[in-house]
Amino acid sequence: MSGIRFEDVSHDFGDERVVDHVTLELTERRVGIVGANGSGKSTLARMINGLVTPTEGRVEVDGLDVARHGREVRRRVGFVFTNADTQIVMPTVREDVAFTLRRHRLSPADAAARVERTLDRFGLADLADRPAHRLSGGQKQLLALAAVLVGEPSIVVADEPTTLLDARNARRIAEHFETLDEQLVVVSHQLELLESFDRVIVMEGGRVIADDEPRPALDAYRALIG
Amino acid sequence: MIGVFHPGTSVVHRAPALVKLGLLAVIVTTVALLPSLPALGAASVVVVALFALARVPFRVAWRQVSPILWILAFAVPVQWIFAGWEAAATMGVRLVLAVALAAVYTLTTPVTATLDAMQVLLRPFRRWIDADRVGLALALAIRCVPLLADLVREVLDARKARGAEGSPTAFAVPVIVRALRTADHLGEALMARGVDD
Repeated sequence: MSGIRFEDVSHDFGDERVVDHVTLELTERRVGIVGANGSGKSTLARMINGLVTPTEGRVEVDGLDVARHGREVRRRVGFVFTNADTQIVMPTVREDVAFTLRRHRLSPADAAARVERTLDRFGLADLADRPAHRLSGGQKQLLALAAVLVGEPSIVVADEPTTLLDARNARRIAEHFETLDEQLVVVSHQLELLESFDRVIVMEGGRVIADDEPRPALDAYRALIG
Repeated sequence: MIGVFHPGTSVVHRAPALVKLGLLAVIVTTVALLPSLPALGAASVVVVALFALARVPFRVAWRQVSPILWILAFAVPVQWIFAGWEAAATMGVRLVLAVALAAVYTLTTPVTATLDAMQVLLRPFRRWIDADRVGLALALAIRCVPLLADLVREVLDARKARGAEGSPTAFAVPVIVRALRTADHLGEALMARGVDD
């Protein structure tokens, strides 16, 4: 079975319940999750590749239990963080993209070809030997996305990927999202990013309070935040 | 000192990382054992020739070597007082040459090549040492220098903006808290990229 499934999932941080009995099945190509700070949306997203393990319930990706098959799930699910700076591990752009493939057991020639293709796709080929920390914020987020996609995941989860970017760079990231063939789950406060998605989930107090097509779901969120 | 790869096609760039690491160890040891200033002068010519052979621009090389001068500005006078000018000069030249040689290595060798070399080097010890982890720790150490430098700069700016320039607490607390938080985020990102699998 393909897609993501949350089965009566809850999660507690200490005494605080941040995700509260959520049941969802995500099979659409592009799914957005919105909610106020502390609504549980990032925790929910982190459960998809096992960064957070649910206190109760079960999360499945393509029929695999994330808690039991974390390694296989993380090969299928790429994760893009809010702050690309903390996602970039290697000193140069090319090396950081190549780092993802170190565990894929590809031949050096195949790995190098895949890295070059990915750098081209994201317009990073000219910056390939630059120190990653000297890139602009937008370029760093593109690098983070490239480093995820070079591993050819079937699902990409992005946690507020445009929050730290200016409008132009946020638009560039959104344009790349439009071209992805992979299933995409985006947590975002930037509602315009989610307007063209297939489905939007609204969270509040750890619960799903709206789950619909973008327009009615985003209207429900706007009503919620006043 | 924490050099970032300077791309090129020179013979130094093309030499295998393992060979360069071996040569680096041998030459730095030799420099440390050279007894006289004239011998160190000859070694300096070799080091300059290596930079030229690698076609590293002077500006790039200077950026790598110059930070050691701050340490020498303190260490050389102290050595002069306690051991005489010749010992002080010998120590200073040895340190500059060691840093310059390390810079030749890092400027001409991508980190991934160093990681691969590390795996080969540690292969006989794989029962006891995880070569991947050693390599990753090295890469992260290099990566974290600019990350921490940015963090310190931001905290210094924030301290200044709040008029607390002289307060060590207003510097140390946010730097430590943010460094630990950054380490958490980095760990989470490594996990997401399958490093611990």
